[in-house]
Amino acid sequence: MNKIYTRTKTIQADKVSGFCPGCMHSTVIKLIGEVLEELNVVDKAACVLGIGCCGLHMDYIAYDNTTAPHGRACAVATGMKRTNPDSLVFTYQGDGDFASIGLAESMSAANRGENITVIFINNGIYGMTGGQMAPTTLVGMKATTAPKGRDPKEHGYPMHMCEILNQLTAPYYLERTSCNTPANVNKTKAAIKKAFQNQLDGKGFSMVEIVTGCPTNWGLDALRSLDFIEEKMLPEYPLGVIRDRSKEEA
Amino acid sequence: MARVFMKGTEAVAEAAVRAGCRFFAGYPITPQNEVPEYLSRRLPEVGGVFVQGESEVASINMVYGAASAGTRSMTSSSSPGIALKSEGISYCAAARVPMVYANFARGGPGVGSIQPAQQDYLQATKASGNGGFRMPVLAPATVQEAVDLTVKAFDWADRDRTPVLLLADGVIGTMMEPVVLPEPKSDEEVAAIKESKKSWACIGHELDYAHRAWIQPGNWSTLVMQQCNEEAAAMYESWKDEAMVEEYRTEDAEIILTAYGICGRIAKSAVNLLRAEGIKAGMVRPITVYPFPEAAYDRLDYTKVKAILDVEMSIPALFVEDVKAAVKGRCPIETCLCSGGNIMSREAVIEAAKKLVEG
Repeated sequence: MNKIYTRTKTIQADKVSGFCPGCMHSTVIKLIGEVLEELNVVDKAACVLGIGCCGLHMDYIAYDNTTAPHGRACAVATGMKRTNPDSLVFTYQGDGDFASIGLAESMSAANRGENITVIFINNGIYGMTGGQMAPTTLVGMKATTAPKGRDPKEHGYPMHMCEILNQLTAPYYLERTSCNTPANVNKTKAAIKKAFQNQLDGKGFSMVEIVTGCPTNWGLDALRSLDFIEEKMLPEYPLGVIRDRSKEEA
Repeated sequence: MARVFMKGTEAVAEAAVRAGCRFFAGYPITPQNEVPEYLSRRLPEVGGVFVQGESEVASINMVYGAASAGTRSMTSSSSPGIALKSEGISYCAAARVPMVYANFARGGPGVGSIQPAQQDYLQATKASGNGGFRMPVLAPATVQEAVDLTVKAFDWADRDRTPVLLLADGVIGTMMEPVVLPEPKSDEEVAAIKESKKSWACIGHELDYAHRAWIQPGNWSTLVMQQCNEEAAAMYESWKDEAMVEEYRTEDAEIILTAYGICGRIAKSAVNLLRAEGIKAGMVRPITVYPFPEAAYDRLDYTKVKAILDVEMSIPALFVEDVKAAVKGRCPIETCLCSGGNIMSREAVIEAAKKLVEG
């Protein structure tokens, strides 16, 4: 029998994922690894991790990585890429990291059109610290710091980072995907591949926002969190390509 | 090399370029704006990169990124801006990322004043960020010394993979003086420095689990974290032998002025005038304020020294705490202070010294 599927070599063979059941970080990290291998750029990869669950895989990925102070990944990636243009520099950040504490660094790197790639995980909540309200938390959704649910009068509304960055001129590619179905997993992989290829081609700032679940802090089991993504998250965060300058160039 | 007439900020910037610095990120703040301005035109001439960060916070983190990837990198700021960088400095210390930053200190606390001060002493030498780390802190008293220490800072940073602080002040930064600049490193030398960091730099490596670059400002394992701190502590201990100090006319001195940075220069001038009046004055000026040159205070002849006068542009006195720890009660210590952006007056120092002599 032919072996048609193997685990990506970019995840160390003897290491075990530390993510909760139903968490999609492991899915996305696997996709990143597969794309790095398919593009033959593992030896160029320099990953800047955010703070939070998005940094939990530092121990078992096999490519170069560092951890930025909370929210500063896009600034760290800027310094890295500007001085080493041949490296493939990408950040891996959650919504608290990218869209709350790191808003200035995220917006400014995008506005400069830095030739980096951002993998942005949006699960609408702070995971590692235990379910506090995020800038992406849905209206009415409960969090440990919003026990009655997010109330727009007090907390404002969920932030749509793809659409916000789409107001800037410089970004080259902005796409929102999810990993809630096999088809969406495939689309996410294609988007990551495109975002990395853009950087290799010197096109500038690319971001893939991936809508994922956090069963542990949503208080749902893995299957019901898939329903929650479909029924609640995706209407708020519609999937698709928000910006693709290559289409305008064509 | 020929002497040139340069402003302190620009001289430090040029010295950095000549020392092989090829990345600078910074944010405007008085009184050090000439550093980013100068480097924005100078660095591209040598194939380097200048970025105006969106904040002090972003700037130090750009330096963290560039230095993590093996490039000699620098940022500069002044007191409130340095405070904003403190998290990033702590990350560099934890992840053992070599980088240099300069503080052209101004009045504080808070936004303080834009004029020169030495109010950042404790921040610089005791707690430049969370987590209890140390780093070399070099305090120039002249523009020439600022140039020389800038070069030393880059070498020290790379040798030990540590942040190094050039602790200057608004006087050193804004004053023009003749300086001899170092020979610039050639492109080949700069490339060789970067090449020497390739094994650990976060730039991409062949797939090999044992040899990926892993630049982490912490560790999930408490045991590993403790081990990292033990190694760092041993490194700090080893620096004690590298403390630098200027001891001036101390052999027969009955009164010792002690000061660092620009106050050291004013104190030295006061020593000469006191000597002209027959008062046996001397000076101890730490050049590294961390590691602190305690041995220089041990070398004083306490059978002769009646008192030590601590001279600093800070109220409350801060530097005096390290002086007290070094003197260990062997003679009385008095202070001569100013603050708020006022520059120490030589006359005030002389007057305070005379009072001490008279008892």
